[in-house]
This record gives sequence, C-alpha cells and structure tokens, in this order.
Amino acid sequence: MSEEQIKNLEAQFEARIARDEKIEPKDWMPEKYRKTHIRQMSQHAHSEVVGMLPEGNWITRAPSLRRKVALLAKIQDEAGHGLYLYSACETLGVSRDELYDQLHSGKAKYSSIFNYPTITWADMGAIGWLVDGAAIINQVPLCNTSYGPYARAMIRVCKEESFHQRQGYEIMIKLAQGTPEQKEMAQDALNRWWWPSLMMLGPTDDVSVHTAQSMKWKLKRKSNDDLRQQFIDQTVPQAELIGLTIPDSDLKWNEEKGSYDFGEIDWDEFWQVVKGHGPCNKERMNARVSAWEEGEWVRDAAMAYAEKQKERKEKQAV
Amino acid sequence: MGTKNWPLWEVFVRSKNGLEHRHCGSLHATDAEMALENARDVYTRRNEGVSIWVVESKNITASNPDNNGELFEPAQDKVYRHPTFYDLPDEVKHM
Ligand SMILES: [Fe+2]
Ligand SMILES: [Fe+2]
Repeated sequence: MSEEQIKNLEAQFEARIARDEKIEPKDWMPEKYRKTHIRQMSQHAHSEVVGMLPEGNWITRAPSLRRKVALLAKIQDEAGHGLYLYSACETLGVSRDELYDQLHSGKAKYSSIFNYPTITWADMGAIGWLVDGAAIINQVPLCNTSYGPYARAMIRVCKEESFHQRQGYEIMIKLAQGTPEQKEMAQDALNRWWWPSLMMLGPTDDVSVHTAQSMKWKLKRKSNDDLRQQFIDQTVPQAELIGLTIPDSDLKWNEEKGSYDFGEIDWDEFWQVVKGHGPCNKERMNARVSAWEEGEWVRDAAMAYAEKQKERKEKQAV
Repeated sequence: MGTKNWPLWEVFVRSKNGLEHRHCGSLHATDAEMALENARDVYTRRNEGVSIWVVESKNITASNPDNNGELFEPAQDKVYRHPTFYDLPDEVKHM
C-alpha cells in the first residue's frame, strides 16, 4: 500500500471512530491502534489476574462462611475478568502465550496497587471498597470505547464489579461498628489503601503521556485528574458515614468548586512501585511465574489426553 | 513454553428458552467437553444461560469486511423489500 493510501485509510478510520462507530477485529486498523490496544487490554488483563493474589491470601482465614463464599466468588470473578480481557486481546492477533510471556518477563505492566501487602482481614474490606471502587471509575467509561471486543468485555466486567465494591464496604461497615480493636483495624486498612487507591487513577494530567491519542480512540474518556476527583468526591462521604477518617489532613470541601480539595500525592512512591520496588512486586511475580511453570505438566497432560481421545474416536469411526 | 497450546473456542449462550444463542466470548480448552465446562464457569456464573454452544474458533468462516461493499450494499437499493415502499391509502386498516 502506498503512503497516500494508508493516509486515506487512516483518515476514514478516525472518522468512523469520531462517528461513534465500533471497530471490530477484522476491520482495517492502523498498526498503532492495534499495538496500543494490545498494550492496554493486556495490562488490564494482567491486573485482574495478579489482583487475585493479595485477596487469595485471606480466603482460608475469612472470619465466617458468609465472608468466605463472597470473597471466593469475587476472586473467581477477577479470574473471569482476566479471561474476558485476554480473549479480547487475542482478537488482535496476539497469542495468550505471548501475553503471559510479557507478564512473566516483566515486559508488561499490571496495576501497581497489587504490589501492596494484605496484612489484616480489614484489607479485604478496603480493597473491595477502594480498589474495586477506583477500578469501576476507570472502567465504566470504557464500556463505550471504540474497539468492540474491549467494550463488550468491559460491559460484563462492570456489571460484576458492583458486588465487589459492596462486599468490601460491608466488611468495613461491620468492622467500624465492632469493638474498638476492629474499628482500629478498619481505620488502619483505610490509612494504608487510601493513597495507593488515588494513585491507581494514574499520573496527573500534566505528566500523563498517552492521553490525547487515547481520548480520540475512546480508550480514555476523562482525564486522570477528573477521575481522581470523582473518586474522592464519592468516597469521602462513604467514609464519614461509617465513622472512618480519610488519612489526609488537607482534605477539605471546596464550596466554590463543589468538590473536595485534597493533599499532595507522593508520586515518588508511585514510580518506585511501578519500577518494581514496591513491597510485594517480587512476591507477586514469583507467584505468577511458578503457577505457570508448575502447571505446565498439567496443561501438557490435558492436551495429550484430548488428542488421544480424538484419535481413538477417529479409529472407531473407520 | 514450547508446549502445545490449547486451542481457542468461541462460546455462545442462550440466556433463556425462546431466545437465540448469542456469542459471548472465547476461551482456551483442550477439547469440546472442557470448553463447555469452562464456559459454564466463566460465562454463566449468574444465571446468564440455560444452554451453551462451543465451537472451535478455527472452524468459523467469517466474511471479510473488505468485501462489505459487494456483500451488503446491494440490499440498500432494494427498498421494495420493505413494507413502507408500497403506497396505500390511509383508510386501509389492518395492513
Ligand atoms: Fe475485576
Ligand atoms: Fe473487582
């Protein structure tokens, strides 16, 4: 194809997206669109999968059967979310193995929030309430993104997320209404998860690199700062309602803006964790890599069994 | 790596009797039976279905969007296939 022809196709492509048309897997698309989508969707998929680890830590120690079945169901949902997103990614011609390989080799990133440890039961509450809460804010606008398979996956994901957040908040309510020690445990979890949750919504707009292009492709519909503000404004009253305190002494309602002013985020910490120096980066990666490697014989055996069955059937048919 | 990858399957779910099966996603599985089991776990955790079809993705033949013109445009000028094409007096009832 000549440069002229490609330019033409690109212009038509951008116009389709601007008209709110969806792009489907077999449609022509600029190479950059394909690559950007593989990157974003796979990062998203990896985050769902790695995100199971911090919560998996508490399944066997859930304080009641009710909490245990809920936590299990939530984690199983996250596995499903990973699968929907990997599948969407594969429609762009990248294989599942390549995607895993990118995660395991450290080439692909996942959400940094999952590099923090879950040291008490209250962390299950804080994660559902804040981490899933922030994820919902990130994800809802993506239900309308331009790439069809991604948008459809996000619709399923968003439907399922709301139970995650509610089960987390319910854990916090119960702890906050409990003994002084339980309330303290809830407050401590909020103290530890608050700032990393704000960071989850991404670097501030003045340093965020991909935004303009991503906005055009509807991979992003609101800026990081807007999403963060939305998260803060909706979460602060939820904390107040259950008598917990947001760990930010600069947090103040701004009547004029109609939203909260908040304190400085420690972006050094954010970048340290992104670069691999968070409290659990190594642990998370080791867990994923060993699950993959130790599962290899199972995958091979299952494949060999299926092939044998198929051969036997074919022989019988003759 | 270096081992054989599990094939890809497309999953179709009928949400209730009376409705058609609808494509809802894909997954990897060694054979049809495993694909069904995994589809049940992944796509029908909240009563989303009463019946599942799985088809190995390689068995699906899809039209090429590049041919959309010749495939679908001819239908555009066949307005006579629609009821509104026919001029009838307003007084006619039940038609
Ligand atoms: Fe999720
Ligand atoms: Fe979730």
